[in-house]
Amino acid sequence: MKITDEMIDYIGALSRLKLQDEEKESAKEEMEKIINYMDILGKLDTEGVEAMSHAFPVKNVFREDVVMPSTDREIITANAPKSKDGSFVVPKTIG
Amino acid sequence: MEFDKMTALELGRMIKNKEVGVVEVTKNALENIEKRDAVYNAFVTVCFEEALKQAEKVQKGIDDGTFTSPLAGVPMAVKDNMCTKGILTTAASKMLTGFKPTYTATAVKKLENAGAVMLGKLNMDEFAMGSTTETSYNGATLNPWGENRVPGGSSGGSAVAVASDMAYYTLGSDTGGSIRQPCAFCGTTGIKPTYGTVSRYGLIAYASSLDQIGPVGKSVEDVAEVLSVISGHDAKDSTSVNNSLKIILNNNIKGKKIGIPRDYFGKGLDGEVKDAVLAAAAKLQALGAEVEEFDMPSLEYAIPAYYIIACAEASSNLSRYDGVKYGYASPSFEDLTDLYYKSRSEGFGAEVKRRILIGTFVLSSGYYDAYYKKALQAKAVIKQAFDKAFEKYDVILSPTAPTTALKMGENLNDPLKMYLGDIYTVSVNLAGLPAMVVPCGFDKEGLPIGLQLIGKAFGENELLNVGYAYQQNTDYHTKKPVLKTGKEA
Repeated sequence: MKITDEMIDYIGALSRLKLQDEEKESAKEEMEKIINYMDILGKLDTEGVEAMSHAFPVKNVFREDVVMPSTDREIITANAPKSKDGSFVVPKTIG
Repeated sequence: MEFDKMTALELGRMIKNKEVGVVEVTKNALENIEKRDAVYNAFVTVCFEEALKQAEKVQKGIDDGTFTSPLAGVPMAVKDNMCTKGILTTAASKMLTGFKPTYTATAVKKLENAGAVMLGKLNMDEFAMGSTTETSYNGATLNPWGENRVPGGSSGGSAVAVASDMAYYTLGSDTGGSIRQPCAFCGTTGIKPTYGTVSRYGLIAYASSLDQIGPVGKSVEDVAEVLSVISGHDAKDSTSVNNSLKIILNNNIKGKKIGIPRDYFGKGLDGEVKDAVLAAAAKLQALGAEVEEFDMPSLEYAIPAYYIIACAEASSNLSRYDGVKYGYASPSFEDLTDLYYKSRSEGFGAEVKRRILIGTFVLSSGYYDAYYKKALQAKAVIKQAFDKAFEKYDVILSPTAPTTALKMGENLNDPLKMYLGDIYTVSVNLAGLPAMVVPCGFDKEGLPIGLQLIGKAFGENELLNVGYAYQQNTDYHTKKPVLKTGKEA
């Protein structure tokens, strides 16, 4: 498969990654090599094989719905690049 | 006295017998780090003050009977992708610049509760994505066994800190071989437990269905003890199972059935590695195990299946880094979307971006069935192959990596070549199984070779017994590299 400029731009947009021109060229080349290698999987007969998300049976785990203490907002937002009054600050999003 | 060459349990016994104090051994360890880490760069953060404070506290606790673990007072270190409250945790990424977690990972907390003294946080490939520890934002870690050699990865710092006697044991994490391959390259002993054995709470996620925390140490006895402490159910990780291990080692392996998959010894495997691993198999046979070869043909599908699944999960897990909640934020941006774009593009390194892009691609509409779904089916096929093998065998024996430690830079610009080096380790993660590595020889350049032993799901004790029997009858794990220091004391 050929990884085109359109594809790398589309995947980049989905990933919220903006690649510089040079980066983009090498990403295209590397991805193409890697994806083509992954095509080996096409040889494997998986007719009737169910896709396996987890190696062991995993089921929903529930706990009692009780109120528990949680970390103070100030402590959490202390790690934020920008915060105010216990909230994260982001650029204006509505015009 | 030279404490640093002792195993964790040997030092723990001396501390218990009051032959040495916790503060004294901690000071000694910190001095060693100051001298040696200038050369090896195994640490991202060294906790000089915190470690000494903790050492005093632990000594009191040992004296008053609070801490009774055989590991109490023993200095250790933790891979930088495990959260440690108030202590810088960056996963070796610019993206987590300045991040000080508000809580401590369960595995680390359990060791703290057993009286561990944490010396610091260990270098790794950025977000655990890599097999050489060269993708770290903090620069590469060096392997003490050779000039200009990589330590393996992603837990390169965890292996080097032990191999260079800077820490008595360490914690690493293993998503596709990230504990085992560095152990093989650095001559240390390590185990990736069965998925669910150790809580992942506080482990910075790479590929959640494959990630497991495990110990790296100087002997099977040490890693067995650490694993006993860190295992068990945690309400904060719903995939953790109720299986608190209490490992009691037994070196009698008479009649144990060990299978050697022929396909693991074919093209691409270095001759010296092959010879050392087969010699280890012969040793185990001499100790009473029944060893035989068998066919396991699904090997060639392991790498594509692994990288598709791991990258897909990574692309989702790493979407949380947005320049808003924690870590790096781009200083200049136009609007919210631009803040996301710029922070992520400037904060992530090349290999992380590559895996996010691959993961996004295999999950994208039109390619999902051909790649992601197909990989999950391949995973089922690989799991079935292991299930079938374990109907007949107790343990599967194989090489850990196709070669010994690579030269620095050798694979850095050829990601596919780097991925192919994970051929013997990734299928274990896909199948969720436990696997350990013990040193089993050296190549002609003096670089260590590691034997991989794969066990049945939740069969850690039986697996460790085989490694224990091997170490009781060999001395590869006691060999030490000649250390360099960057600064004289």
